[in-house]
Amino acid sequence: MSAQPQIKLTEAENALLAAYTEQVGDLPGNGDVLIARDRLITDIKTRGLPTRRVEAWHYTDLRNLLRQVPANANGDVEALAPLISGSAVFTLENGKVAAKAKAEGVTVRRIETMLADGSGAFLMSPRGDDDAVGRINGGFLRDGLEIAVADGAALAEPIELQVLHSGGQSHARFVVTVGAGASAQIVERQQGNGASAALVSSVSELTLKSGAEVSWIIVQEQGVSDTHFGQINFRLEKDAKLKLFIVNAGGKLVRQEVHGVTLGEGADFTFRVVNLLGGESHTDVTMTLGHDVPETTSTEIVRNVVFDKASGVFQGQIRVAPDAQKTDARMACNTLLLSEEADFSTKPELEIFADDVQCAHGATVADIDRNHLYYLMARGIPERRARGLLVQAFVAEVIEELDDAPLVEALEAVIEGWLERHGN
Amino acid sequence: MLEIRNLHARIAEDGTEIIRGLNLTVKAGEVAAIMGPNGSGKSTLSYILSGREDYEVTEGDILYNGESILELDPAERAAKGIFLAFQYPVEIPGVATMQFLKVALNEQRKQRGEAELTTPDFMKRVKDAAAHLKIAPEMLRRPLNVGFSGGEKKRAEILQMALLEPKLCILDETDSGLDIDALKIVSDGVNALRSPDRAVIVITHYQRLLEHIVPDTVHVLYKGQIIKSGDKSLALELEANGYADVIEAAA
Ligand SMILES: Nc1ncnc2c1ncn2[C@@H]1O[C@H](COP(=O)(O)OP(=O)(O)OP(=O)(O)O)[C@@H](O)[C@H]1O
Ligand SMILES: [Mg+2]
Repeated sequence: MSAQPQIKLTEAENALLAAYTEQVGDLPGNGDVLIARDRLITDIKTRGLPTRRVEAWHYTDLRNLLRQVPANANGDVEALAPLISGSAVFTLENGKVAAKAKAEGVTVRRIETMLADGSGAFLMSPRGDDDAVGRINGGFLRDGLEIAVADGAALAEPIELQVLHSGGQSHARFVVTVGAGASAQIVERQQGNGASAALVSSVSELTLKSGAEVSWIIVQEQGVSDTHFGQINFRLEKDAKLKLFIVNAGGKLVRQEVHGVTLGEGADFTFRVVNLLGGESHTDVTMTLGHDVPETTSTEIVRNVVFDKASGVFQGQIRVAPDAQKTDARMACNTLLLSEEADFSTKPELEIFADDVQCAHGATVADIDRNHLYYLMARGIPERRARGLLVQAFVAEVIEELDDAPLVEALEAVIEGWLERHGN
Repeated sequence: MLEIRNLHARIAEDGTEIIRGLNLTVKAGEVAAIMGPNGSGKSTLSYILSGREDYEVTEGDILYNGESILELDPAERAAKGIFLAFQYPVEIPGVATMQFLKVALNEQRKQRGEAELTTPDFMKRVKDAAAHLKIAPEMLRRPLNVGFSGGEKKRAEILQMALLEPKLCILDETDSGLDIDALKIVSDGVNALRSPDRAVIVITHYQRLLEHIVPDTVHVLYKGQIIKSGDKSLALELEANGYADVIEAAA
């Protein structure tokens, strides 16, 4: 990388570098961590942020889309009532741990401590050349949580990770390991108080030991001028089951990456995404999944509702390794375009190197069904509300699949709230 | 209550005229039956009354309680008390039946400046109405009309009508697809709604329904016009002789 010629940096890139110079003095970390941080930032300096010429960023030209990097903010953020009452709530405010709940079977360590003593140096290695999210996150990382769920523990209440900010920059990391045979539900909420524009990055490393079962729900409700970079990297051991559920309902520029591998037979990945896009926002959900061993399964369903001049993209890459026979992977992306200027791209990629596998993908784009709209209106439901019901219906199927009444209700409320604010 | 004057209407998309100078008056308290051969424009007329935008009125007017409703959208017409029980109710996956009923009821109430129903009050009303129409509660837990049999859909339409308590009820072939018992149940449901301040338009092909819901007037719709009107004996006459004589006499 160092061989790359120096390029002319954009305003945002320069601002990132300046922010680093300004912050580095009080970012936590021992010598190793500091050297690693420097390297991450130097990478950005020498190569710039990715453009559409980088395949993984083809639909999200970060270099051109990231216009501003806000200065750090330290305003107060109020903790949220948990999505599901009774949850064990962990709160990060402006990138720093502010509250830690106690839950049986769960041990927790602060990332800040791990950086300070060097045990967290491993967090500083990017996924690869294109990993702009990892570089920004690693370079500026202040804090976060390492969470370990003990073998066999069945958590009675969900864990809720609140990643909150008052504008400015906020960079968080979660390292979560769920022990063999353990089960947990984790709700991750990404939200600001809307005080000023924010640049948020949040990266999670998730390992499910054999037979572990986890539902991880990400509710992203950033403000209309916020940039949000999310990344979750997961590993599924034998018979581990992960349900990853993402609701994107905010942000101006959003990139949510999901990278996973199945490492043991019987592993199953269920991926569901609801993208609610409005205004002039751009939202990118990029998934890469490696079926690395035989007899693992996955299903991916992405439902997009696009209003106004919003745009979005779903990149779904499924790789089936040469000896990963009996893989079963099914991916679907359905979009409801609600304005002429709305736009959504889908890029499915199946890279199959084994022969005895079931893999499929499908994509549809539609508008509201006029007959449905007429029927609802003929019963006295005004057009706006009727459209709202139909949009909700479009995503309801995915939500209801969670089959967990309080969670379904909470997510439906998030969706309803969003529709009330944005619906035509 | 309803006065249709020299109505001409066409399909918005291709301009085909379907309703060609139709006149019809229905008074409050009246039950009017509309009969007519397939394709004569009965369903089209009902859609136009409900405000479906696929049709364009090119001439004439529709007065409801003395006021033209041509400028109102379907939701506004519904809130004013116009209800169409569809010949072919649509299935709407993802919209829960109960949620739909509640939103419809409350949105109508809102538009009329009435208070919204409380959930217990709403539940009770639905339960009672469903019991009268012998609709199983399980059916109401499904998405709107999804997987309902033909007869179940028709019953569900009447359930909606009973809950919404419209002033002008238009039933488009509600009898088709109903078994003999269901026909009786549905007819009883409609008869229960008969009142001096409410009018019912029954579109049907069969005298059988009119034995249960006895009409005050019977009208024959042919090629977009009412070509003959009479009392309930006209339906018997049509049943016995078909449309040929009536059509010939009108020509
Ligand atoms: N949207 C449309 N597009 C094309 N043709 C239409 C449309 N709506 C109505 N028509 C035509 O208009 C005519 C009248 O149709 P309509 O459904 O009103 O008849 P009907 O009297 O209800 O018949 P039936 O007794 O079979 O229900 C038919 O020839 C039909 O094909
Ligand atoms: Mg018809």
